Amino acid sequence: MLKRIKVQTEDFDLEAEYRQLNDGHASGAVVTFSGLVRDEEGQLLGLELEHYPGMTEKALSNIVDVAKARWPLHAVTVIHRVGYLKVNEQIVFVGVASAHRLAAFEAANFIMDYLKTRAPFWKKEHSVHGEPSWVAAKASDQQAAERWQE
Amino acid sequence: MLTIKFFAVLRERLSSDRMQLPLEQPKSVSEVVEQLKQQSQLWHKELSRYDLLCAVNQEFADHSTVVKEGDELALFPPVTGG
Repeated sequence: MLKRIKVQTEDFDLEAEYRQLNDGHASGAVVTFSGLVRDEEGQLLGLELEHYPGMTEKALSNIVDVAKARWPLHAVTVIHRVGYLKVNEQIVFVGVASAHRLAAFEAANFIMDYLKTRAPFWKKEHSVHGEPSWVAAKASDQQAAERWQE
Repeated sequence: MLTIKFFAVLRERLSSDRMQLPLEQPKSVSEVVEQLKQQSQLWHKELSRYDLLCAVNQEFADHSTVVKEGDELALFPPVTGG
């Protein structure tokens, strides 16, 4: 399986990432997800993304390995941006190539759920109201990750 | 020496992103955290967060995980990426 993991400040190009996933593996399905900075009804200016260099890449790689053990995957790309990101900018990309649609959809969903709860990233919100504040972890994200263990 | 790294809100509140701690013998993460709490009231308060997570040598770990000389311990709040 082709595995590409990137943690970077620069933006990514969806079309280029799609082409990499659809590059001669005879995959029948490619599912891609990109996450953007939500504007929270005009209250948010941007997000600052902190991570744990060294551990982040390993944690993402481990998550992809777990997905690979569960679904027949040909290629997986995970890109997570760090640093300051403005509203509407792309934060995260998960792309999965597989022979079949269901495996590709499920694996992409699984990788996102695990990434949100098992990779060392932290968001700080810069809003129109004064001091920036750290985003609290959501119980719903934890529950979403736990449902894969059932 | 044990290297200890702090991230996100913990790093900011402790005004420290990393420190070195002499370690004469292996200890559990919770024993190390208890020792760090003795530094000041601020450290005691910040490290008493019930949701404090940890990693040892860049892998998620439990507070019962044992750390030894040369290890890297990281302490941080729950993650919020994606």
